[in-house]
Amino acid sequence: MNYFGKDLATLHDDLLNKKITVVDLVQQTFDNIDKTDPKIGAFLALNKEAALKKAAEIDAAGVDADNVLSGIPLAIKDNIVTKGLTTTAASKMLENFKPIYDATVVEKLAALGTVNVGKTNMDEFAMGGSTENSAFKITKNAWDQDRVPGGSSGGSAAAVASGQVIAALGSDTGGSIRQPAAFNGIVGMKPTYGRISRWGLIAFASSLDEIGPMTRTVKDNATLLSALAGHDGHDLTSSTQEVPDFAAELNDTTSVKGMKIGLPTEFLGEGVDEGVKAAILAAADKYRELGATVEEVSLPHNKYGVAAYYIIASSEASSNLQRFDGIRYGYRADDVTNLEDVYVKSRSEGFGDEVKRRIMLGTFSLSAGFYDAYFKKAAQVRTLIIDDFKAVLKDHDFIMGPVTPTTAFKIGDEISDPMTMYMNDILTIPVNLAGLPGLSLPAGQVAGLPVGMQLIGRPFDESTLYKAGYVFEQATDYHNQTPSLGGQA
Amino acid sequence: MNFETTIGLEVHVELKTNSKIFSPSPVEFGDDPNANTNVIDWGYPGVLPTTNKGVVESGIKAALALHAKVEQQTHFDRKNYFYPDNPKAYQISQSDKPLAHDGWIEVDVDGTKKKIGIAEMHIEEDAGKNTHERDYSYVDLNRQGTPLIEIVSKPEIASPDEAYAYLEALRQRIQFTGISDVKMEEGSMRVDVNISVRPVGQTEFGTKTELKNLNSFNYVRKGLAFEEQRQQRVLMSGGEIQQETRRYDEASGQTILMRVKEGSDDYRYFPEPDLPALQISDDWINDINASMPEMPGKRRDRYVNELGITDYDAMVLTQTKEMSDFFDETVALGADPKMAANYLQGDVNAFLNDKQVDLQDTDLTPANLAGMINLINDGTISTKMAKKVFKAITEGQEPKAFVEEKGLVQLSDPAQLQPIIDGVLADNQQSVEDFNNGKDRAVGFLVGQIMKQTHGKANPKVVNQLLMASLKK
Repeated sequence: MNYFGKDLATLHDDLLNKKITVVDLVQQTFDNIDKTDPKIGAFLALNKEAALKKAAEIDAAGVDADNVLSGIPLAIKDNIVTKGLTTTAASKMLENFKPIYDATVVEKLAALGTVNVGKTNMDEFAMGGSTENSAFKITKNAWDQDRVPGGSSGGSAAAVASGQVIAALGSDTGGSIRQPAAFNGIVGMKPTYGRISRWGLIAFASSLDEIGPMTRTVKDNATLLSALAGHDGHDLTSSTQEVPDFAAELNDTTSVKGMKIGLPTEFLGEGVDEGVKAAILAAADKYRELGATVEEVSLPHNKYGVAAYYIIASSEASSNLQRFDGIRYGYRADDVTNLEDVYVKSRSEGFGDEVKRRIMLGTFSLSAGFYDAYFKKAAQVRTLIIDDFKAVLKDHDFIMGPVTPTTAFKIGDEISDPMTMYMNDILTIPVNLAGLPGLSLPAGQVAGLPVGMQLIGRPFDESTLYKAGYVFEQATDYHNQTPSLGGQA
Repeated sequence: MNFETTIGLEVHVELKTNSKIFSPSPVEFGDDPNANTNVIDWGYPGVLPTTNKGVVESGIKAALALHAKVEQQTHFDRKNYFYPDNPKAYQISQSDKPLAHDGWIEVDVDGTKKKIGIAEMHIEEDAGKNTHERDYSYVDLNRQGTPLIEIVSKPEIASPDEAYAYLEALRQRIQFTGISDVKMEEGSMRVDVNISVRPVGQTEFGTKTELKNLNSFNYVRKGLAFEEQRQQRVLMSGGEIQQETRRYDEASGQTILMRVKEGSDDYRYFPEPDLPALQISDDWINDINASMPEMPGKRRDRYVNELGITDYDAMVLTQTKEMSDFFDETVALGADPKMAANYLQGDVNAFLNDKQVDLQDTDLTPANLAGMINLINDGTISTKMAKKVFKAITEGQEPKAFVEEKGLVQLSDPAQLQPIIDGVLADNQQSVEDFNNGKDRAVGFLVGQIMKQTHGKANPKVVNQLLMASLKK
């Protein structure tokens, strides 16, 4: 089974009508992964035995007719803890680490009867935009195996884009769901900060991290968000906002009529590829055609977003990653003679270069004498960025723009140049700083590589983004385009 | 040269809550290592803290007890440092916006009253414990996450005696709120001390030293007194005080250099992003205020002014809330306040010391103590008999029932006593003669004889009256 051309509703019908059993579906999923993953490299761990056991249980109990997720195989990013199943966050520090509990999102999905097929590759501790920072393997773009799948949720994006699974979980701290979704031509949602519990997400930057779904279609994405969202007593930053049935709201292909859309000048400025720009301007015209108003707006402080982000995220990371000290779990260096050695050697050997770079950056930013000039200043910039968005979203239903300045770049091209790599996130980072929802969806191609469009909404207004995304998707054919790898083309 | 001394005290108070400050693990002591821990206490990947509201409430109680202003918009901060007993490698604490600030307590040193300021107080989590045995080190995280309040004094303590009085007053007030046992010997109260001296007239503070290993209020006083003298001697001889940490040695009474401090530690504090800011409403503070018990100072005034108790007795009775509550209840049940005070300080305290228990852990009740005192007052039993009754009430027995069962009821009826007295007088004519010749000693002998005949049950007061009347006839 590959999932090209399938959506949740179709699969659900097939399962209900016994065209296929859950066991067969799961088995075929693994067969397809076995066949394609040597090319793609999306998975770090497969959950075959447990997945087939669960599939058999669902078959025995019968697929739940009222629950479209019943019996559906999914993949999970490897920084989300899964009880008994290796969870490494793609770090040598956690090689072979088997957690003793499930993340809240994993529990929620399990309760709905989804089947976890495995853990997807990523940049180590979610730090990076190409998945090249994984300690274990390189993941390839589904459209061009010489190119990166983006990151840090590159494994999840490549798994969905190559038809290995219908959906996967990612996490997004500065663009880590939206950017790989864009690079692979799929749909990725970074929900409002606090929409989904972070309990069980291995923390990178606590005030920015958000889990979200990655799918082929907008509707499938909406279905998953409803399943994942909601307040959790384990996470006091999770919101008590009511969770709508997002997918149920998607049946009107004219719902953008009368909407006011902001297109920030800064999102089409210097550094944005002409082809990407053209695709976004075409999308703006499509929205106009569909009855919306699109007007140019300004987010003047956006340009400081990358700088503020790398201070705030790295500062939080420097603290969050201190627990990996070689004492209680994870990697511990050999031939240590004292406590200092345990810390220094274990951490020097267990962490990769990018992680160490950010720990140093964050430690510096929080140090006495530098705190005011760096961390505090960055926090102030963050407030300005929030205010920019507020001002625009006050009288615009949502903001549109590209997800990334370019399409997927080649493996090895940027990994040795951190600044260029960091600038890839210039359009996604401000959304995390402001805690807003951001949806990435396919909006065309440049030279055979997908272009992603980003829709940014008001806090907890994922509904509008899904509606606008759905309308665009129904009016275009981009979501039906699939990579040649085992696909239709 | 004359010197003045400045002492700063940082007191950590361990709160008596059922669960930890940021995890649902129980707060229990003496269990197997790591028995009371979960993934949160281990700093496991992916876990998040949740705030125990009871800890915030306890913190507000302490703030109110110490006349401090509660910060209604506050948050937690991370204090970063690596150590094996600190599993996240950061302690969740409060730095730039502590829970409360600018409080004070009044101390009394040799009859002179003084207000000592409290700069700030905040809530935080305790660390675990490392132990070392042979070639191994062990980490026990049972204590990890136990809630603490840290209370920081203003630099207004001017002598070791004031430091002692401050700690005593602080301990007492916290104890009365019921949020902690505040026992140094059990580690539920810990004291960090710093001290500096400067020549009188100098505006800036002298260089301070920190003292460690001060395991009782007395050692705090002694250690400070030694350090005060030592610093003065160094300055007098033209030397300089170094910023250093010194250890108090109980055996010699001296402070010994542990390490010289260079610069300050950098804990890279920043706001804890995993916990929302705390919003403390007026209503919440008012509710807590309404539920606060009467503080020891107010109780002492009441005891002296309304119940006629001496200053000293009032002070002793208010050492702990349990003792003071016990006294109040005993009096409320009709016992004579002075007798209740005497019994509590005398027989009750002796009993507690002998058994090494706290009042609340015994079978003594205010009802039974009041019952015994009332039996003495109405003449049913003598104070001598009361010794037996006291033993019974320490075992939880009801005094009236005990007295009746044991036949301890005092003989006070003159109609019954007179014939016995007459008999004794008849049998002891020599003593009667001695009395008439001015030998008062004879009375004692005659009373003794009467008591003997009544097996000790005769009411001595009544016997005295009747005997004197008979002798003077």
